[in-house]
Amino acid sequence: MPRRKILFVTTDQQRYDTLGCNGGLLARTPVVDALAATGIRYERAHPQSVVCMPSRSTILTGQHPVTHGVWMNGVPLPADAPSVASLLHDAGYRTALVGKAHFEPHLDPFLRFAENALSLTGTTPQGGTHRGFEHLELATHGPVGPLHYARWLAAEHPDAVGGFYQVLDESLQVRGSGGGDTGAPQVKVNPIGRDIYHTDWVADRTIAWLDSLDADDDWFCWMSFPDPHHPWDPPQSEVGRIDWREVPLPAGYPDTAAGRERILDAKPRHWRLWYDGTLVSNYEAPAAWVPATLTADQVREVNARNAVECELIDEALGRVLRRIAERGWADEVDVVFTTDHGEFQGDFGLLFKGPYHVDSLMRLPLVWRPAPSAVAPEPAVVTRPVGLVDLAPTFCAIAGLEPAEWMQGSSLPVDDSDADARGFERVLTAWDSELFGVGLHLRTIMRNHWVCTAYLPGTCHDGTEGELYDLTDDPLQRVNLWHDPAQRSLRDALLADLWDSQPPPRVPRLCLEAPV
Amino acid sequence: MLAVIGTRGSIRRQVRIARPPGDVWEVVGDPSRIHEWFPGIVSCVVDGDERIVTTGAGMPMPEQLLTVDPLQRRFQYRITAPMLKEHIGTIDVLDMGDGTSLVVYGTDADPAMLALVIGGAAGSALAHLRRLMEPDG
Repeated sequence: MPRRKILFVTTDQQRYDTLGCNGGLLARTPVVDALAATGIRYERAHPQSVVCMPSRSTILTGQHPVTHGVWMNGVPLPADAPSVASLLHDAGYRTALVGKAHFEPHLDPFLRFAENALSLTGTTPQGGTHRGFEHLELATHGPVGPLHYARWLAAEHPDAVGGFYQVLDESLQVRGSGGGDTGAPQVKVNPIGRDIYHTDWVADRTIAWLDSLDADDDWFCWMSFPDPHHPWDPPQSEVGRIDWREVPLPAGYPDTAAGRERILDAKPRHWRLWYDGTLVSNYEAPAAWVPATLTADQVREVNARNAVECELIDEALGRVLRRIAERGWADEVDVVFTTDHGEFQGDFGLLFKGPYHVDSLMRLPLVWRPAPSAVAPEPAVVTRPVGLVDLAPTFCAIAGLEPAEWMQGSSLPVDDSDADARGFERVLTAWDSELFGVGLHLRTIMRNHWVCTAYLPGTCHDGTEGELYDLTDDPLQRVNLWHDPAQRSLRDALLADLWDSQPPPRVPRLCLEAPV
Repeated sequence: MLAVIGTRGSIRRQVRIARPPGDVWEVVGDPSRIHEWFPGIVSCVVDGDERIVTTGAGMPMPEQLLTVDPLQRRFQYRITAPMLKEHIGTIDVLDMGDGTSLVVYGTDADPAMLALVIGGAAGSALAHLRRLMEPDG
């Protein structure tokens, strides 16, 4: 029996271990924890890219980045790309995307992209839908740009605009300057009221759209919070929830410089080059910031603020679920909660993200709470590998639709037995970036308890380098076994599987059109 | 090691168009017609060697025309808006010798990220130009 209401919740750049149900101790996340307790919690959900645009395009299309073509941030997903939202809309669903979309570049002074142009005319796209969504109300990490939240804030609360961290500097580079108590990068005291911060705005606009629906409408709502992605500038009124001075350093943070350097030196060379500030390979981290300058207290303060942002998201989700219950829909709604990729948050002495395929960036929170009225599976924990590429077919399965032939994943397993029966053995992740002469290309497979990354030839690598980690014995991925003769046959088998499993590429390759 | 901090960026985009170079030059070599083929530029005003284009975001961008050479089929201009420390855009229409053209659009700018933003839009404009000039293609 198909279920007809789907609330799809994403955050941006949220680590697996930031949820209580995943063992996180810093942020209180009772709402998602409760969904996990009555639903399915995935312990090995990986993105197919560790940056926003490719990863979000995978969620929407159900395809790997090399196939949908958004191979790095700044490459727009073609407007006619396949979309699970279009399938659902065509099946009679009302469809909305509220919050961060980012299938198209944000830096767009020509206003060429529909996401950026829409707020000029309202919330209904030209032609009735955009990528299958009939309603879009969009936001990003602050009050900049032409998106709905920025326009609303500037019009209704102009005094609040200046309280945010300015993410880009005058050269359009990601700013590296710091603030707060420790001078941590991308941290700022933001006096904005909680009720007008983008987290609550996303929940408010979601509720407003749900209120516009008839009781018996079928609907698919993607509620997409921009946090806890940097900058870390949550409402100052909430920052006191967690005293950064009492935040323990993460297990992944080597607490001496010598320890950090020793670990990084055992990895392919771009790790250490970035740490030392010698190489800027990608746009997503501040170009002028040198990771080696990161202090333990800065890690604590960033993580405290990140946790506050996770709590605000959890509370906002709780508010939306209460409204859904008030509408009488509580038993009819499937809820899926996840994010697009992770964040270092101090692991290896690093912040932000980049071409680094380790759990910090690849292990994601993923919870699916099937509608209670359905003949739903028992609550379960799935340990087998799954990917965000599996979400689109999952939405089809919920709706009773056959997955489209262009989808490359499978509907999420409901337990490990289901996963084994349907062949959930591996999950793939890819990185490609080419920015002003610096190119990096990674291909990764996670299978059983191993993560294996091959480096294709590029600026820093000749094609022979790689990383191999045993997640059982080395959960922090500090010991690179790529060159260990004892693991050679295992490594070669993983590589053979990796190359055999590569999805077909889009031809010709799409052009990079903006930094992000 | 290469880096982009504080440096200029250089972006090149190109497109092959199944029309003779003279036909293509007629469009791209006329500074007053840019809004016809460059999505995101909604209007332009040319006064001598100065041009002001207005983007879809309503942003006026003053430009200085540097080269309009119908013999080489080379067009060059500079955006003089203060957000750019340096900029030069170069459009070449090359004769491929078989009745078709190769249009190359170079963007050099400081800050580098603006080169990518402008160059990215230029790439999209070239694709649009081809659609305009090859309506049956």
